[in-house]
Amino acid sequence: MDSKPRDRRRFLKKGAALAGLALGTASSASAQTPDSHVPAADGHSTDPKELAKELIAYGERSKFVTSVRVPVAERMSPDMFGLTFHVLTPLQDSVGIITPSSLFYVATHRGSFVPEINPSEHRFMIHGMVDRPLVFTMDELKRLPSVSRIHFIECLGNRAQARHKTVQDTHGLTSCAEWTGVPLSLLLKEAGVQSGASWIVAEGAEEVKGSSSIPLAKAMDDCLVCYGMNGEPLRPQQGFPLRLMVPGFEGIYQIKYLRRIKVVDRYYMTYDDYGHINPDPKVAALTHQIGPKSVITFPSGGQQMSGPGFYEITGLAWSGAGAIRKVEISTDGGRSWHDAELKSPSYRMSHARFGFAWKWDGKECVVMSRCTDELGTMQPTRAEAAKYWNKPLEGFRVPGADNTVQPWKVASDGKVSNGLT
Amino acid sequence: MGSRKFLLAVMILGLGQIGSAQSPTFGVGRTPTADEVRAWDISISPDGKELPPGHGSAKEGAQLYVQKGCAGCHGRTGSGAQAPTLIKSDGTTKSSMPCLAPCVNDNNVMALHSPFATVIWDYINRGMPLGKEGTLKPDEVYALTAFLLFKNGVIQESDVMDLQSLPKVVMPNRQGSALPAQEWKHGTSRLPKYP
Repeated sequence: MDSKPRDRRRFLKKGAALAGLALGTASSASAQTPDSHVPAADGHSTDPKELAKELIAYGERSKFVTSVRVPVAERMSPDMFGLTFHVLTPLQDSVGIITPSSLFYVATHRGSFVPEINPSEHRFMIHGMVDRPLVFTMDELKRLPSVSRIHFIECLGNRAQARHKTVQDTHGLTSCAEWTGVPLSLLLKEAGVQSGASWIVAEGAEEVKGSSSIPLAKAMDDCLVCYGMNGEPLRPQQGFPLRLMVPGFEGIYQIKYLRRIKVVDRYYMTYDDYGHINPDPKVAALTHQIGPKSVITFPSGGQQMSGPGFYEITGLAWSGAGAIRKVEISTDGGRSWHDAELKSPSYRMSHARFGFAWKWDGKECVVMSRCTDELGTMQPTRAEAAKYWNKPLEGFRVPGADNTVQPWKVASDGKVSNGLT
Repeated sequence: MGSRKFLLAVMILGLGQIGSAQSPTFGVGRTPTADEVRAWDISISPDGKELPPGHGSAKEGAQLYVQKGCAGCHGRTGSGAQAPTLIKSDGTTKSSMPCLAPCVNDNNVMALHSPFATVIWDYINRGMPLGKEGTLKPDEVYALTAFLLFKNGVIQESDVMDLQSLPKVVMPNRQGSALPAQEWKHGTSRLPKYP
């Protein structure tokens, strides 16, 4: 957290050294004395060769780009007990559909720890109701046929509230990345699933061995055993060296530090399943698969319009049931809706970027988006959700995962704020 | 090679392929030993079939609750502390602590909320004590589970928990479910007719 200022200083030092390198003048030659190779106060070498190596090896973004994750507004991360850690993706600054790995959201209830797992020692086991239990090293998994797919992950806690200020606060517990790994179906077929099996239990290697039950039908459909994310190995906060991807299911199913899958013949109600217990099975149903859901990222809460004229309204749409087919925009608080344009490929269980050409007349208005997925299911407004549950809109809390429409209020001075009341 | 011999060879090859339809395609990875599987397999089914031998009572659990440091985070009385409430309070004293996420209070104490007693055993076994996860012996996990079930009025103080008795405990929220009414299928909405 407090590494930022230091990084900044580091950047400036590097810049100065690079300038010296580029000039290659007599003064730079005279600077290459043993004295100048003494490490700087921040521990970084002043040796031009060393600095060049740092600049070449792993790039940094521009110092003018400052977008960062922030903790969930109501809580500290980690919390006062040191266990709950929720940080939000800066969706207001996002472009396209890929979330940079450094900005991908993180949510955990058992420690902000990042287990340090040596990939050469990590093992992944498939056992239970299979003909041939199997253990894989990471190298062995990488020998198998792989796929790369783009999928979002969303936390069940991604729930917009009136007190939230920005789209990072309201919707920042969703992110989208390219995931690379072995289809779980391939691994299960290799092990030979026995008849009578109906569920799998997946488990991580961290302290509490976090574990979830997943229907076998889903496991055989589109789940991935991933080692890659956005073109490089998974980040430690995202489960390095191995994680399970259960596309479209709530975040808690995407088991990090994956070490074991047991094929079983019933629902196990293990460690992470317990939180889904609900008196109403209809509500329980809304805690597994996500969406359809969309949100406008520009103009969104906390942003400032620079005056009347042309703007592209843009945002993200996603569904746990498949691809996004349609996004509509309202600029009059939901009285009329107009088709937006999909600005990115629309992959199954992925964020899709939408855009809508808009001439703002400078008057106060409320902008909102709603999406329809490949099943034809349309994202509801809060009023529609309240009507389904037969509850008054006043003080209504959407049961299960909240996928309702998010309104943003644009004031006549161009200030944008949360339109939820 | 004579034509009949060739035909026979083709037939054998062909049969071999049919026979190998159930065999591994890639042959990558190795078979774990039974000991390796046992060491790793900490999953506990609601019917308790993976429960290890051992036993424990609420009285033993009460001592372990202090010895193992449970009281330090969950409170001496099992409520009103930083960590999730474990024993439903009598409701006369209000906690001064904020309920941290995930908020577990008198409304969803695990021993009353869980449909199966095995879930408590599994939770303690894999997740407790904080910082020393996975160090409890089966007898200790049985005893701590018995302690929580007794203190919440689910079993008698004299009841001994073991691999036979634990799955048979009749839990107050036995009907509690975490599952949708319909099984998951490709291309289905999460709740039919939900907007």
